[in-house]
Amino acid sequence: MKLSYPVLTSLIIFPLIGAILIFFSNKTKEFIIKLLALVITIITFLLCLPVYFCFDKKHVGMQFVEKVDWIKDWNISYHVGVDGISVLMVILAALISVLCVIVSWHSIKHRVKEYYINLLLTEGLMIGVFCALDVVLFYFLWEAMLIPMFLIIGVWGGPRRIYSAIKFFLYTLVGSLLMLVGIVVLYREGSTFNLIDLMNLKLSYGTQLLLFWAFFAAFAVKVPMIIVHTWLPDAHTEAPTAGSVFLAAILIKMGAYGFLRFSLSLFPDATIAMAPVMLVLSIIAIVYGGLICLVQTDIKRLIAYSSVSHMGFVTLGIFSLNTYGIEGGILQMINHGVITGGLFLCIGIVYERTHSRIISDYGGLANVMPVYAAFFLIFTLASIGLPGTNGFIGEFLSILGGFKASTFAGVIAATGIIIGAVYMLWLYQRVFFMGKNEKISALVDINATEIVTLLPLIIIVLWIGFFPNSFLSFMDATVNDLVDKLQKRVGSNGFDSLKGTTEIFAYIKSLV
Amino acid sequence: MIPKCYLFIPFLPLVSFVFNMLFGKRVLKDKAHLVPIVAVSGSLFFSFVVLIYVLFGNLVNEDLYTWVKSGDFKVSIGFLIDELTAVMLIVVSTVSLLVHVYSIGYMHGDERYSRFFAYLSLFTFSMLMLVMSNNFLQLYFGWEAVGLSSYFLIGFWYEKKSASDAAKKAFIVNRFGDFGFGLGVILLFITFGTLHYVPIFSDVELIKGQVFSFLGMDMDVATLIALLLFCGAVGKSAQLPLHTWLPDAMEGPTPVSALIHAATMVTAGVFLVARANPIFSLSPTALTVVALTGGITAIFAATIALVQNDIKRIIAYSTISQLGYMFVACGVGAYASGIFHLYTHAFFKALLFLCAGSVMHAMSGETNIQKMGGLKEHMPYTYWTMLIASLSIAGVPGFAGFFSKDDILWRAFASGTFTGKFVWFLCTVGAMLTAFYTFRIIFLTFHGTFRGTKEEKKHLHESPQNMTMPLVVLAGGSVLAGYVGIPVILGGNEWFSEFLSPVVGYAEGHGGHLAEFIVMLLSVIVAGFGIYGAYYIYLKRIDIANSAKETFKPIYNILYGKYYVDELYEYMVQRTILRFTKYVIEKVIDSWIIEGIVNGVPAAIGWLSMKVRRVQTGVVGHYSLAMALGFFVLTIMIVFKIWN
Repeated sequence: MKLSYPVLTSLIIFPLIGAILIFFSNKTKEFIIKLLALVITIITFLLCLPVYFCFDKKHVGMQFVEKVDWIKDWNISYHVGVDGISVLMVILAALISVLCVIVSWHSIKHRVKEYYINLLLTEGLMIGVFCALDVVLFYFLWEAMLIPMFLIIGVWGGPRRIYSAIKFFLYTLVGSLLMLVGIVVLYREGSTFNLIDLMNLKLSYGTQLLLFWAFFAAFAVKVPMIIVHTWLPDAHTEAPTAGSVFLAAILIKMGAYGFLRFSLSLFPDATIAMAPVMLVLSIIAIVYGGLICLVQTDIKRLIAYSSVSHMGFVTLGIFSLNTYGIEGGILQMINHGVITGGLFLCIGIVYERTHSRIISDYGGLANVMPVYAAFFLIFTLASIGLPGTNGFIGEFLSILGGFKASTFAGVIAATGIIIGAVYMLWLYQRVFFMGKNEKISALVDINATEIVTLLPLIIIVLWIGFFPNSFLSFMDATVNDLVDKLQKRVGSNGFDSLKGTTEIFAYIKSLV
Repeated sequence: MIPKCYLFIPFLPLVSFVFNMLFGKRVLKDKAHLVPIVAVSGSLFFSFVVLIYVLFGNLVNEDLYTWVKSGDFKVSIGFLIDELTAVMLIVVSTVSLLVHVYSIGYMHGDERYSRFFAYLSLFTFSMLMLVMSNNFLQLYFGWEAVGLSSYFLIGFWYEKKSASDAAKKAFIVNRFGDFGFGLGVILLFITFGTLHYVPIFSDVELIKGQVFSFLGMDMDVATLIALLLFCGAVGKSAQLPLHTWLPDAMEGPTPVSALIHAATMVTAGVFLVARANPIFSLSPTALTVVALTGGITAIFAATIALVQNDIKRIIAYSTISQLGYMFVACGVGAYASGIFHLYTHAFFKALLFLCAGSVMHAMSGETNIQKMGGLKEHMPYTYWTMLIASLSIAGVPGFAGFFSKDDILWRAFASGTFTGKFVWFLCTVGAMLTAFYTFRIIFLTFHGTFRGTKEEKKHLHESPQNMTMPLVVLAGGSVLAGYVGIPVILGGNEWFSEFLSPVVGYAEGHGGHLAEFIVMLLSVIVAGFGIYGAYYIYLKRIDIANSAKETFKPIYNILYGKYYVDELYEYMVQRTILRFTKYVIEKVIDSWIIEGIVNGVPAAIGWLSMKVRRVQTGVVGHYSLAMALGFFVLTIMIVFKIWN
C-alpha cells in the first residue's frame, strides 16, 4: 500500500525538529524539555504504525521510497526506503527511543537540555541510517550518529566516561574511514551512489573482495565482531542507561545491517568466498564472549560481553547465507535489541537506587523487589533462549542456518546456549536469590513509570516467542530474494579465498 | 476424531497459572489453591474423555496455528493424541491433581503459597504440552518449559543458598543434554525437511543407510539422530553421566519432588525415546547405548541409595535407578514395557515421596532416617501406604511394580543379544538392591524405637486429611495399576502392550514359557532376599550395619560419597574452565593481546610520528638537502626507467 505522505522522512525529520525545538527552549524549564522530548518520541513511534500496517509483505524490494536530488553534479540524492531487512529495525529504534526518554526522566540531572537534544538527534540519525538508500547519505548519517552518541557517553556517563567515549569514537571512526575508501571505489566502478543501482552492478571478484574487507572494517567494529570488540564493554558500562540501551539495542545492529545491505547484496561473490571466515569469527565470538561473561564482577560489563556472544549468533545466521540463518539473524538483531535493551533498562532502574553495578553488592533482591525480579527474570530467560521467548526463535534459526552451512559451526554455536544459561542464571542467583544483602534491604520495588518502560519489551519478548511469524513474515520475501541471488552465484563460481588475494593485487595495480 | 475439548487439557492449567500470578497473592491469599485445583481437575476429566475416545480408536493430529515459518522451515503448534499420549495424559493429570491436593496441607502457611500453586500449574501446562505435541519443536518447547518450572520449584525457597544452587544446577546440567537434543532436532529437520512426527515416521525408512558427515566422522544418520536425541533424554531423566542434578533437586518442597522429580518430568526422557521409536529402532548401535546407559545407571544409583541417610535422597537415587530400568526396556526394543513401568512407577514413586513428605511434616522437616524410628504407631496412614509403595517398587507379586519390572527383565532377557543378557543381569541385581534400600527406609523410619529428641517425639502426628487422602488414592494405584498388563504366563493378555502397539510396535525376541517363568521367579527371589536382608540388618541385628560399615570402610565411603562424581565435575568447572577463562582469556587474551594490538597500533603510529617529527627541523639547509636528494633519486629513476 502506498502512503500519501513521505512517511520515512517524517520519521527522520521529526526527532531532528524536536532537537531544534529543545535547542531554542529555556534550559531552566526542565520539565517542559522532558515533556517535549517524550511527546516527540511518542509521535515518532506512532508515525511508525502506518509503516507497520501498510508494509507490503509480499513485495520484494524497497517500499515507501522517496528520492530527491541532493548534489546533482555528483549524482548524490536524498533517497530513502525500507524493505524486509530494515523495516523492523526502524520501528524498534522508534520504540526504544520512547523508553530511553522515560528512563532518563529522573536519572539525568545536569545539562538536561543538551542531553535531550543529543538523544533526539541520535534517534533521527539512527532511523535515517536504516532508511538510507544512497551510499553517501548512508555514510553521512552513519558518521553523524557518532557525535551525539559520543557526547552522551562522554558527558553523562560513569566515572571512566572520557576514556570510554574516546575509545568508542576512535574505533568506529577508523572502521568507517575504510568504508569511505570503499564508497569512493564503488563510485569509481558504478558512477552512482544509488544503492539500488549498485546492487545490479557486476563487479569483478577482486574488486568485490577488496570492497568486502573495506566495508567489513566499518561493520565489524560496530557489531562488534571479535578482536575489535573491546570498545563495547567500556562504552556499555560507562554510558548512562539510555546510552547503553541505544548502543545495545540499535547502534550495534547497524553493523549487522550493513553486512546484509552491502556485503551480501553488493559483493555476493566475495561474501560467499569469505563466509567461512565470518562463520569462524562468529562462533569464536559466541564462545569467547560467553566464557568471559563467567568471570565478570560488574553487571553491566557482563551484559555487555553477552552482547558480543549474542551478536555472534546474528553474524552466524547472516553468513550462513541460507533463509533460516538470515531470517534468524535479523530476528536475533531485534531480539537482542529487546532483550539486552530490557536488561540495561533493568540495571539502570536498580542503579538509580544503589549506585552500584557490582554483583556482590546485591543478593536476595527477589524478596525486596519482587515485581522487578519477575521482569528481570523474563529478560534473563529470553537471553538464554528459552522456548516461548523471542530469544529461542532467533537462536534456533541462526543455529539451524549455521548447522546447514557448516556442521562444525552449528555445533560450536550450540554450546553457546549452555554457556549462556550458566552465566545468566549465575548472575540471577547472585543478584536475586540467597540471603538478603544488607546494602539493598531498604530498596523499594519498581513504580508504575518503570513498569511502563519495561512492559512493551516484555510484550515483544512473548509476542515473538509465541507468534514469531508476525515478524518473520516481514522479511520473508526480501530474504528469499537475497538468498536466491546468492545461491545463483554459488552455482556459477567456485571461489576460494586464496585465489582472491592475487586478484586483489591485480586490482590495486590497476588503480595505480 | 476427538472433539476440540482436548484443548482444555493443557490450556486450563495455563489459565490458572496466569490467574494465580496476577491475583493469587493479593486477592486469593490462602485460597490460592482453588483455581489450580479446578483447572487440573478439568484437565484430568478431559484426559479421561480423550482416553475413552482413543480406546475406541479415535486419534487426533491437528495443528492449532503455524508457530515458526522461515523459508521452507515450517512448524506448527499442534496436537497429536494417540495411545501413547493418552497414557501420558492420565499419568500426568492424575498425579498432578493429587499433588495439588496434597500441597494444600503441606504448603499451608508458606508466604509464597499462591506462587507455589501457580508454578505447579505452569508445570502441568508444560508437561501436557510436551506429551501432546505433534512435532519435535513443540516437544522441545515443553521440554524446556518443564525444566523452567522445575527450576522455579527447586529454588522455591531461594533464600537458602543450597536451594538456589540446586535449581541452577538442575537447569544447567539439563542444558548439556538439551545441547544434544537441540542438534538432534536440527539434524532431523535437515534430514527430513519437517519436524512433525507423522511425516517423519512415515518416511523414516528412507534414511536407512544414509551417512552424515558430523565433525569429520561419517556417521549413520539414524544412529546420529537417535544418539543426539538421547542426550536430551539422559539429561532430563538423570541418567549417567548427567544424573547429578536430581538428588540436589530434593531441595525443593516434597510435593514437587513427587510430581516433577519422580512421576512426570524425569520420565520425559523415556517418553522421548518411546515417541521417537521408529528412529531408534533403525539403529542397533543407538539402542545398545540406550540399554547400557539404563542398565549401568540402574545399578549405579541403586548402590548409592544403599548407604544414604537422607530419606528424600534415597528415593531420588531410587528414581534414577528406576528410570534406568525404563531405558533398559527401550534399549531392548520393548518400548511398551518402558512406558508400562513409567506408568506404574508414577504411582508408587509419587506415593513414596508424598509419604516421605508426610514423615518430614511430622518430624518438623528432619530428613535423616537415622534419627527416626517407630513412627508406625504415630502415623498409621503414612506407614501402610508407604509399605504398599515399597512392596510395589520391590516387585512383590501382586503389586503394580512387580508386573512392570518383571516385564522389563523378561524383555531384556528374551531380546537375544549379549547386551540384553548383560543388562538383564544388572537389573536383576538392581532389583535386590532396590528391595533392600526401600525396606531399609521402612524399617529405620517406622519400626524400632524413636531415635530423635523428646521434643520431636511430642510433636509426632499423622498428617491432615487433605494429605493422607492422596496417599490412599496413590496406594490404590500402586496396587491396581499393574493389572492392565498381566503377562500371558500368569493368565493375562498383556493388554497394555497391545494397546500401545500401534505407536511403539511389539518387542522383538522370544523365549519359552519356562524361561519366562524362571526369570520371574528369580526376580521374586532376589526381591525377597533384599527385603529379608534389610529386615535382618536393620531390625534384628542392628550391630551388623555398623560393623559392616567399619569393615568395608573404603567401599562405604565411595558409595556414601556418591562415587565423587559431583566433586569431579566441580573440579573440572572451577579449576579448569573458570580459571582458564579468568587468567587466560580475560587477563591475557582480552586485556593484553587484543587490547594490546588495537591500542598498540595507534601507539606505534604515535611513536613513529614522534620520530618522524624530528625531520621537521625548521633549518632551511636540511630541507634543501632533502630536496636535492629527492631530485637525485628521481632523476636516476627516470634515466633507468625504473618507473615502468
